[in-house]
Amino acid sequence: MQIDLIAEARRQAEVCNACRYCEGYCSVFPALHRERAFSDGDITQLANLCHNCRGCYYACQYTVPHEFDLNLPKALAEVRQDSWKTHAWPAGSGALFDRSGVVIAAGLTLAVAQLFALAQGMRPADGAGFYAYMSHWVMVAIFAPAFLLPLLALAVSMRSYWQTVGGGDVRLSDLKAAVVSAGRMRNLNGGHGDGCNFEDEDRFSQARRVFHQATLYGFLLCFASTSSGTVLHYAFGMEAPYELFSLPKLFGIPGGMLLCIGTAGLAYLKTKADPNLGAPKVWGGEMAFVALLFAVSATGLLLYAATGTAAVGVLLPLHLGTVLTFFVLTPYSKMAHGFYRMAALTKEAAQSRGLEL
Amino acid sequence: MTQTPDIVVIGGGNAALCAAITAAEEGARVLILEAAPKPYRGGNSRHTRNYRCMHHGPLGPLIDSYSEDEYFDDLLKVTAGKTDEKLARLAIRTSEECLPWMEEHGVRFQPSLSGTLSLARTNAFFLGGGKGLVNAYYRTAEALGVQVAYEAQVTHLEVEDGRIVWVDFTQNGENTRLTPKSVVVASGGFQADTDWLTRAWGPAAKNFLIRGTPYNRGVVLADLLDQKVEQVGDPTQCHAVAIDGRAPKFDGGIVTRLDCVPFSIVVNKDAQRFYDEGEDVWPKRYAIWGRLVAGQPDQVAYVIIDAKSIDLFMPSVFPPEKADTIEDLAVQMGLPPAALRQTVESFNAACGDTSSFKHTELDGVATTGLVPAKTNWARPIVEPPFYGYSLRTGVTFTYLGLKVDEHAQCSVGNRPVSNLWAAGETMAGSILGQGYLAGFGMTIGTVFGRIAGRKAAAHAN
Repeated sequence: MQIDLIAEARRQAEVCNACRYCEGYCSVFPALHRERAFSDGDITQLANLCHNCRGCYYACQYTVPHEFDLNLPKALAEVRQDSWKTHAWPAGSGALFDRSGVVIAAGLTLAVAQLFALAQGMRPADGAGFYAYMSHWVMVAIFAPAFLLPLLALAVSMRSYWQTVGGGDVRLSDLKAAVVSAGRMRNLNGGHGDGCNFEDEDRFSQARRVFHQATLYGFLLCFASTSSGTVLHYAFGMEAPYELFSLPKLFGIPGGMLLCIGTAGLAYLKTKADPNLGAPKVWGGEMAFVALLFAVSATGLLLYAATGTAAVGVLLPLHLGTVLTFFVLTPYSKMAHGFYRMAALTKEAAQSRGLEL
Repeated sequence: MTQTPDIVVIGGGNAALCAAITAAEEGARVLILEAAPKPYRGGNSRHTRNYRCMHHGPLGPLIDSYSEDEYFDDLLKVTAGKTDEKLARLAIRTSEECLPWMEEHGVRFQPSLSGTLSLARTNAFFLGGGKGLVNAYYRTAEALGVQVAYEAQVTHLEVEDGRIVWVDFTQNGENTRLTPKSVVVASGGFQADTDWLTRAWGPAAKNFLIRGTPYNRGVVLADLLDQKVEQVGDPTQCHAVAIDGRAPKFDGGIVTRLDCVPFSIVVNKDAQRFYDEGEDVWPKRYAIWGRLVAGQPDQVAYVIIDAKSIDLFMPSVFPPEKADTIEDLAVQMGLPPAALRQTVESFNAACGDTSSFKHTELDGVATTGLVPAKTNWARPIVEPPFYGYSLRTGVTFTYLGLKVDEHAQCSVGNRPVSNLWAAGETMAGSILGQGYLAGFGMTIGTVFGRIAGRKAAAHAN
């Protein structure tokens, strides 16, 4: 952990704690106002609770040129970014966060090339749809570890985070509260329901919230599509390709479309927003991550549209390459924020519950 | 500015914006001349946090009800009767219809902030504070076509034959003369002009801190008073409170307040006590201590508490000085150690039974035989670590201003200036003779800003 980043966030949190004007914007301020002194763990927790809605920045009397020089969204973004590096597993892998854009580009090139080679070199003798290009077992051999190992890495990171912020036993009700909060993206509604500040300085809008939820729900639908395919395959012996009116397609097509729209929207908003209210160093990496997610969904939709044509031979490795990159980099890219955010929301639910008792 | 505006609004805070929005909605072309650069726009409004509002039954974030008479009584208590009843009641009565108007024009409220539960019935808190309100009003005004010039300092209004004939201002080193049909002055008091403050208060004022904007220098106020526009309010008085002595000279705002005085002893630079620290609950004594500190040598005082009390008040923006002995604390704070030790010991010796100590109310735990006495919360200062804060006088606003009638109109002698209206702090002296009631400044600004805007537009159209 970088002590100077934590120290700067602490300095700012102490000013906020003497002011309290922003109490209604989000979960960060009620959590902050509960403390008189802030441990490193407290600051880390506040940082991961912050959704970077920026309401507090634009409402703040103490932003530059004021000598107090407050920029809480930035201070917390930098601690947050640093906390993901610190808790990344295996040790040293956190450095990947610093070069997220390069890592994503390199990963993508490597993954796509490898899958092209496999599709060419190990093309099965028979098989329908995309299985005509790559056998089921080759895909499983690649994707099972590429999916499970990052999850393992994240589990280790979550454990380490939970210890740092002093989390206790996890209650189901707190997890549920976290899911509801994220499901509604309550912390981007501004407290008044008008949305957050982002793309047009102090104007409140729902744009970021809507595009984020399109991305989130689009992603979950795509994940449901793959999962339902797996179940159909193994439990019912029903193999791809699937009909339009099958679970994988009913989840996958709207999911892919939502993911495309959501990521395109988020990328556009990001070009309008002030980079200095986040962690400016990772702006490029975050953009690369959004672009990667867009590529996952766009190539998936194209692959479906190209069913039965020779283009599948190109689109399949392209799509699988983006998915593989996405999976492998999940613990070391912006995707990690979802896991830390859920942990922070769960901790906050437990803390605020403790207060009501 | 391609066209001469119908209305020039001088100032860029709450009152100015309420006037500009109201006038623009009546169809007038409005120009706001804001002296501050954009990041500091909004005058003292950017430091405010709530709006005191009369209401019959729950309204917006407000609970129960708050009648006109109760509101007026509260005002009488803090002003000791020095208030213009007609204008005060007009502000109070109109405050109720203003709250929905504020919401319609972009202001958002939040439940009473932690640590301010006593105000949940009477004061509506702005989400994000006053700067959030100011931002929302600028958005609304600009959508209505109001033009805003920042760093535009008005230098002169020419009063001739009972009307304003022109307005001079400078921006980017360029002088401009405008001839609008109507003018609204909403540019605050003069507290940021230390020389003026010193003329009014004496040399002690040099050591005062200004809690709000450095842009309220009273240039327009002085210009109009020079031309015999009617004045109101005691020119030698300002509203001042005791704040953290380490606060910046200007714009320290809310965070520099210190709520620990009731649990402390307060000494001057010679380590001598000078007033009953436990006289009343803190917000009520807030203003008295501004004057008390102003009366001490070098206009500075020191609060001393011990470990028992450190968690009993709102956190301070700067950490306190901390030491394991009274002598060490004295050295850290630049106080004579032996004298402070003696003051603390005689205070401790005068403390009696503290078993009924209760920090949330007047507990009657008092000293005996001590001068000055401490009449509540008097617990011996014995438990290390010991903590100290320095206190200075922080000026909130000045009372001298423009006298207005119920139409927010200014006058020369007993003749109204036909196209000049005033709103906000610059005319608050018409209502507040002394003292202050939390959230009432925003009420005056909103009510009289809207009146001024309406009248200015009616005159211009």
